Order: sequence, then structure tokens, then C-alpha cells
Amino acid sequence: MTDVPAASLEPEVVPRPTAEERWRALRTVSRGDVVYRSLLTLLTLCLPAVLLVIALELLVAALPGIRAMGLSFLVHSEWDAVHDRFGALPLIVGTVYSSAIALVIAVPLALACAVFLTEFAPRWLRQPVATLIELLAAVPSVIYGLWGIFVLIPLLRDHLWPVVKPVLHWLPIFSGVFYGPSMLAAGVILAIMILPYIAAVTREVLLAVPPAQREAGLALGATRWETVWTVILPYGRAGIMGAVILGLGRALGETMAVTMVIGNNHQVALSVLKPGYTIASVIANEFAESVTRLQVSSLFYVGLVLFVITLVVNALARFLVWRVARGSGVGSTAL
Amino acid sequence: MSAAPKPRPAIVPAPPRTRVTPGGTVRVIGTLLATNYSFWYGPNQALHDITVEAKPNAVTALIGPSGCGKSTFLRSINRLQELSPRTRHTGDIAFDGESVFARSVDPVELRRRIGMVFQRPNPFPKSVFDNVAYGPRVTGAARERDLPRIVERALTHAALWDEVKDRLDDLGTSLSGGQQQRLCIARALAHEPEVLLMDEPCSALDPIATQKIEELIVDLKREYTIVLVTHNMQQAARVSDYTGFFFLGRLVEFGTTQQIFTSPRDERTEAYITGRFG
Repeated sequence: MTDVPAASLEPEVVPRPTAEERWRALRTVSRGDVVYRSLLTLLTLCLPAVLLVIALELLVAALPGIRAMGLSFLVHSEWDAVHDRFGALPLIVGTVYSSAIALVIAVPLALACAVFLTEFAPRWLRQPVATLIELLAAVPSVIYGLWGIFVLIPLLRDHLWPVVKPVLHWLPIFSGVFYGPSMLAAGVILAIMILPYIAAVTREVLLAVPPAQREAGLALGATRWETVWTVILPYGRAGIMGAVILGLGRALGETMAVTMVIGNNHQVALSVLKPGYTIASVIANEFAESVTRLQVSSLFYVGLVLFVITLVVNALARFLVWRVARGSGVGSTAL
Repeated sequence: MSAAPKPRPAIVPAPPRTRVTPGGTVRVIGTLLATNYSFWYGPNQALHDITVEAKPNAVTALIGPSGCGKSTFLRSINRLQELSPRTRHTGDIAFDGESVFARSVDPVELRRRIGMVFQRPNPFPKSVFDNVAYGPRVTGAARERDLPRIVERALTHAALWDEVKDRLDDLGTSLSGGQQQRLCIARALAHEPEVLLMDEPCSALDPIATQKIEELIVDLKREYTIVLVTHNMQQAARVSDYTGFFFLGRLVEFGTTQQIFTSPRDERTEAYITGRFG
């Protein structure tokens, strides 16, 4: 255990660094680090740059339309390519309305799925069903559209509507004749499309709730249902909100399936039975066949509007998540 | 039905809680008695013929090495363990003479009368007030306007009131570890339970917080039946009146704490308390 033999076996050839040298070595940054760091910084900055470039491109392409119509574009309903008169109000309303219908249908279903799969379902059933629900997200959009045309619309129109009509017909949102392609059909298709996202993310969130929280609720005399309602869902509410926003983002931008079932009609109607139009659909339908410069620019303009709507929704959602994060597991001091 | 909630001062030792039976006899309540209780996880037997009693106004400590079934037994008492899949049991655990497994017993009502404190503090990410008020609220046992009184009493009982009375709106999770555990104790006390089950309540705490909880346990036994699972033999010796030694799913020895720690009858008990294994 003495260090004399060790010292004699390995004589110090290199003089020990002085305190100053050591200090300098500690302070110098290795060249590799510098390169690596700048590379990563560059790559990271690329992403926001892409966002900015897209916004800029949209803006530039939309400029002729903005110059010609200004903000009145947003409040007019006409869409007349022959006379070069364009208004985006039905598109904006249709986009928001169909997404809202989708959320109203999908959120309760998705939450119910997630709660059932994490809390109540027999264990052997949980994983297979969860996987099947996630598979819904893998179905191509156009297939949903076809299914909507050939299955969903006839189902709604010929079987469901005649049954519920006497009860609901007096409501303004269910007024008018139901021909099939409609805001309702679009909303239901969207609901089915966003459900797997909301359900899958919510399920992950609920699985991440610590078992100790669940047991605390049960041990205090709450039933399983009360534990879900008063402990588990509140604990995960920031994450659940995030899941809903993810779904909303998908719904706002969804194009193909919606185009196939919404009826593509430039009108603002309160009734969900009436056909409508969405921003994404009009761009998909008209871009290739635009004749006038103003029409192309109008499409860019309305695309810019969609961009802004999505940004605003996301910002709002972030604010909401931040607000509710107090008192939920995610984002509180508990984690 | 259950004992009428009456305010109990924290300082004066309360007399044992009693209930007048329909026959007119006065009986002390809060007695737990397990007889030949065995428990299986799937094919694995975790508990073998446990027969043990926990008396009111006393702390019963369950000691033993990890994985010997102490927690399983504790969690069987308030029927939390049976929520795990593929479990079964034989034998019985009686609470005040009535089997906790009886068909007429609602586990939810049972858990209201048998409070539990867990290994790690697990306050809800709600305010301090809402944490304590959770039980009475969710079971509908108290009216909203009575809650401030109930919360104050429970926090006072848990020796936490003075530290949090000005921050009842803060998140329970923002308190220190020791305070969180006392908050969890207060949460369990808000129901006025008859029994308090404690599953290694100090294992995640520093020595000072541990000392506070131990003082609290001694304090609380004046009013409650306390069953304490602990790894810490000094803790068992300090706070408990009776001690049971669990080993490999069996209750090897049970007796007064003094007897177990000074003159154990079983050589395995002696080996364990002298630190030769576990």
C-alpha cells in the first residue's frame, strides 16, 4: 500500500501541469464540440426557417388577392371565377364548423375508449383493442372518403336521420332537407379520423398516471369510477388537452375525405345537414384548374387564412395547456 | 350507522372509541383480527395462514425483510390488494367482528373506515385544502360548508396545520417530502377512520421528517388503531406496542414489542432483529 515502488516503477517523465495550465485546459473548448454545436444549431434553426419561408411564400403569392380584395375577402360568400369575385367566409366557417363537429363527436368517444382500455377492460383485451384503434390512423384519407360516400352517407341519410328526425328537426342546426353530402357527414368522417390520435395519446397519458395516485383515491373510499373522474383524469388533463389539440390540428387541415363528403358548396349555413366547403377542399379542387391570376392568388390568400387559423388555434391551445397544467401531473412540481 | 363525527381535541387523550351494539353493550371499536389468512398471486402463495390481531389505541408493527408479504397483508385489510389481477385468498380478516370480505361489506365504505398511508407521499396535484377534503367530498360524507372545519381538524391532527394554514391554496405537491406525507396522513384522517394502515410511511423521508412522523404516530394511537409496516427495526421498537415478524409469507412470531426485541422465542426473529439477515 505504499506508493514508493509505484513511483519508482513509473518515473514521472511528463512534468505535472501547473495550476495555470490545468485551469486553461479546463477552460478551452474542444474543436469537435464547436463544430458539432454549430451544426446542430444550424439544423435546429432550419425548422423555424422553413415555417417562416412557407408563411412568406404564402404571403407573397396571396398579395395580389390581398391588394384586390383586402379584408372584405374574409366576410364575403361569393366564389365566382368567371367574374373574378372571391369571398372566403363559407370556407372559413366550413373549416371551423366541420372540425368543431368532429371534436364534439370524437373527444367523448376517445376519452371513453382510453379510460375503458386503461381502467376497466379485461387485461387480455387492452392491448389488442388499443392497437386496432391506432390502426384506424393508418387508413388512407381517400379510403375514408370512399367509405363516407358509399357507407356513411347512406347510413346517415336513409337509416339514422329518419329515426331521429322527429325529435331533432325543430333545432336550427338540424333544419332543412338532408341530401347526404353535408357538414354532418364531413364532421363524422373527421371524427373517425382524429379519434385514433386522441384516444392513443390519451391512453398513453392515463397509463403514465402513477399507480400511487389511483390507490390514494381508492384508499380514501372513492369508487373506481370516482377515482377515474376525480383523480386520474384531472392528473392527466394537460396531456389530454394536448391530445385534443393534436386531433383538432388534423381536422382543420384534412382535405381528401372531407372534400369527398362535404358537398363542396359555397354557402354559410347553420344546419349541419346542408353541404359546405372547407379551405383545404377548395384549394385541392380548384388549384389545378385556376384560370385567372386573381383566382390563384385567392387560393393562396385562403391558404394563408388557414395557416393563420392553425397558428391561432395552436397558440390558444398552448395557452390553455399552460393554464390547466397547474394542478395536473404534467407540468406541475410533481414531475 | 357509523360513529357520529364529534370534534376531538388534539391534546387531551381521547378515550377509546366505542359503539353501542343493538344488544345494548358498549364495545370498543377498531379491532382487526386476521385468522388463517392466506393469499395467492396466481399460483404463488404470498401469505401463509396469518393469524394476528391489531388492538385499538395501540400501534402494531409488522417487520420483516423485503418481499415477505407485510405490504400484501396490510393492503388486504382494506381490500386494496384484491384489485390486482389473478389474486385469491382463504381465511378471514375481521374488522370489529365482521369479516371485511363479507358480501354485505362495501369495500368503498370499508376504506372510509380504514385509512391508509403509503410508502411514498402521494398527494394529489390539487391544493392542500382539496387534498384533505377529497375523501369527505367524494364519498359525500360532509357538506361543503363543513369542509373548512374538517380540513382544519385533520391537518391539526396530522401536526401540519401550523405549517400550512396560510397556504391552503398551494399545491399539495409543492410541500416538502415530510409535509407531503403528513398531508397524506391528514387526508386519511379527514374521514375519521377507526384504523390507520401505514405502509412504510417514512421510507422516503429524511431523519428529521421521519422523527416528526414517528411522534405523530405515537400521538395518533390515542385515537386510532394503527398498523405499521416498517423495514426499520428501531422505528418499530420506538413507536409500536405490538410487533409481528413476517418471514417468507409467514407470521413467525407475534408479541409485545418489548418481548419481541428483548426475548424473541424464534431463532429467526432473533437473527433478524440482531441484524444477521434481511
